[in-house]
Amino acid sequence: MAAVTPLLSTRGLRRSFGGLKAVDHVDFDLPAGEIRAIIGPNGAGKTTFVSLICGRVLPSSGTVTFDGKDISGLQAHQRVRAGIAYTFQITSVFANLTAFDNVALSVQRRLLDGKDKSGALHDGVMDALQKVGLTGHANAVAGKLAYGHQRLLEVAMGLALKPRLLILDEPTQGLSDGEIANFIALVRDLSKETTILLIEHNMHVVMELAGRITVMEQGRILAEGTPEAIRADADVQRAYLGA
Amino acid sequence: MAFGPYLLLATLEGLVMAAVLALTALGLSLVFGVMRVVNVAHGEFFMLGAVLAWWVSSLVSGNPAIGFLLALIVSPLIVGAVALVSERLVLRRLDYKPEATIVATIGLLYIIQQLVLTFYGPEARPVVAPFDFRIRLPWFGYSSYKLAVIAASILLVLATWFVLTRTKIGLVMRATQYDGEIAQAFGVPVDRVYAGVFALGAMLAAVAAVLIVPIQQAHYLMGLDPLLLSFIVVIIGGLGSLRGTVVAAVLIGLSDGIISVFFSPTLAKIIATSFVALVLVFRPQGLFGAETR
Amino acid sequence: MTGRAPSGRVFALHAAVILGLLILNFVLPEYHRGVFSRVLVLAAFAMGYNILFGYTGLLSLGHAMFFAAGLYGAGLPVYHLDWSVAPAFIAGIVSGAVLALAIGFLALRTTGVAFMIVTLMFAQVFYLITLFFTTYTRGEEGLVIRQDLRHLRMGDLDLALTDPSLRYLIALVLFSAVLIVTLFIVRSPFGRSLVAIRENEERMRMLGYNVFTNKLAAVVLSGAFCAASGAAYALLFGYVGSGFASIQYSILPLLWVLLGGAATTLGPLIGTLFMFYIVDFTSGFMPAYLLVVGAALILLILFFPKGILGSIRERWAPWLP
Repeated sequence: MAAVTPLLSTRGLRRSFGGLKAVDHVDFDLPAGEIRAIIGPNGAGKTTFVSLICGRVLPSSGTVTFDGKDISGLQAHQRVRAGIAYTFQITSVFANLTAFDNVALSVQRRLLDGKDKSGALHDGVMDALQKVGLTGHANAVAGKLAYGHQRLLEVAMGLALKPRLLILDEPTQGLSDGEIANFIALVRDLSKETTILLIEHNMHVVMELAGRITVMEQGRILAEGTPEAIRADADVQRAYLGA
Repeated sequence: MAFGPYLLLATLEGLVMAAVLALTALGLSLVFGVMRVVNVAHGEFFMLGAVLAWWVSSLVSGNPAIGFLLALIVSPLIVGAVALVSERLVLRRLDYKPEATIVATIGLLYIIQQLVLTFYGPEARPVVAPFDFRIRLPWFGYSSYKLAVIAASILLVLATWFVLTRTKIGLVMRATQYDGEIAQAFGVPVDRVYAGVFALGAMLAAVAAVLIVPIQQAHYLMGLDPLLLSFIVVIIGGLGSLRGTVVAAVLIGLSDGIISVFFSPTLAKIIATSFVALVLVFRPQGLFGAETR
Repeated sequence: MTGRAPSGRVFALHAAVILGLLILNFVLPEYHRGVFSRVLVLAAFAMGYNILFGYTGLLSLGHAMFFAAGLYGAGLPVYHLDWSVAPAFIAGIVSGAVLALAIGFLALRTTGVAFMIVTLMFAQVFYLITLFFTTYTRGEEGLVIRQDLRHLRMGDLDLALTDPSLRYLIALVLFSAVLIVTLFIVRSPFGRSLVAIRENEERMRMLGYNVFTNKLAAVVLSGAFCAASGAAYALLFGYVGSGFASIQYSILPLLWVLLGGAATTLGPLIGTLFMFYIVDFTSGFMPAYLLVVGAALILLILFFPKGILGSIRERWAPWLP
């Protein structure tokens, strides 16, 4: 087995809501530098699973280890500061603030932690906006941006935290084909600096980006492997691809 | 007087207080439960009920019972109408947003209170009780009217409970409380239910005030205490829970009555108010309420 | 600079306001100078309230307790222990800040309507406590601090706080200090965080912010400003009474801020000034002058929820802080 400790791993992670087992004893490993996609039918527990990782939801039992440290006891904001960034499935930018201020909130958080004194607030913000191609919209009020631009702003807020793990929850939902193509290029670019965990329904995006794919069904991991292997897997086809 | 009878007297006084409080708090609880509106003007509806009771009974000469009974009917009706108008003109336009409605009902509080000051004046005025022979107990005599207040309150609470749980009106109200949108989809006229509930809540406070006004005089500033006590009761009983509200009213009324007899009433209020604030902080569903959605 | 309000214009505006108020000291007739002195002190109260309500989005119904903590924190030591003015003022601010820390720690466990009721309840407890210790506070009747105790002595300098002109200037210093600190905070990363918490708490958590500590800091700051105002009020006007701890004094800053414009730096001043004069005017001919307060609250919330400066900012001057 590989000697390198994975950046992120979960052991026996479980969460139930009432009687429903949303996430059921999941053991999961994510090595640094990878782009990993999680796919699965609606209600498979994907969002709950990543919410457990970033601490928005507390587990019924099980552990989450990040960078060799057990972070199960940390609150959500502490996990973000440990290097796990999460971008929301439903766009939740600060609608009444400018795009600049939205990203500034991420950058100033990083500056407050003293992790990065090199760049001033302004440079950090413009750098992130430039990466997602929103430089020209810096002074626009976020709520008035086009939907696709709001999604990109959401990603900019995530990447401006300079996370070690960036979790993207259905980032391409509602984007046009052209925007999706740009987005794929953006994520590829980001993956040079950070590990990416991606929940995605668009199989084209998944096949283009993912190094490996994890398939979830009914709260469990059904299969895991390269895009080719997953495409060929009979169980996955039955459960998800609908063959 | 020996300790035992003294305690009995304190308990009786506490029960009278609890009886009035239960009705007042029930009104507040109903409005919060169904509409999710915290009505800060609730105490002023109480005050208005008392002042109107004085006004109505002062119009009638002869047997005080006639004036009182007339007040018992007319005063809540007028208060209900005032509540209805304020609901239509103000709360509905605010779309029942919690913060906006609180600010608006604070405004309403001042408007009602100051209008009463203008037209009724700063004096405290009594209403003659419909009957007031003393019941002779072995240790002391006790007002029969006060006992009647307790009985009347029990009847009214039971009637409210009956309406809420056993009638179509109650069903419609509970449906609205559970989920306004779904109720609307099933043809419940949510808008009218809100108006009705707000008026009903105010009327309960007014009835309580008419009952108490032969014991405690009508004054334009008398609304603050019942407001704060109702808050206390509703919070301890669990927001929007009928049974909890009644239990808490008895508890608070009794303990307030008893503590006030033995200690300073200010200290009693300090203890009750801090206790309630802490309940809200650490157990927001109330002491008797179940965990809600 | 990108994403920032134009600094020059903002500083010029605030400097002009302070300068204008300074000139008024020499121009205003005696009566109105007295009114303005009070308004400036109370505007600091409103600005403190605005930090929490306007910028952080937390509607408290109990800020009278912070004002009164400053009032009593400064007034009682002067009255009973013959403290001099400067340490008493500090004691007032510290009382407010400590109280705010304790109250914030408890009340911030709740949100929305529960937060409003909890703050209301705690303020009521504070009010009742001032009544309970009536031996020391003389309750509603209150204490009048002797004129000879209200002197600020520094070395050879002996300033009588009872002198109208000096009183105005000290009120202006307090007002300006609170205004400048507010402006500084609002334009700082901390201020941006508070506004973002108001807009979307959950998102802030997922950007790595400890929302609770940020809110707690806002409560303490707000409490300290209100207490500074209360302490100054006790020392400048020499009266300390339970009335200032009553619910009415929790409602008034809300009204002033709503009228002037929530989350604007200068709104609290405008709101306090307008309302003070409206009440002053109406109380001259009708006893039920609080009717105006009620009507203003309802009209504002129905038709004018952004207040005076908020509406101006929305229509004409988006750069207003």
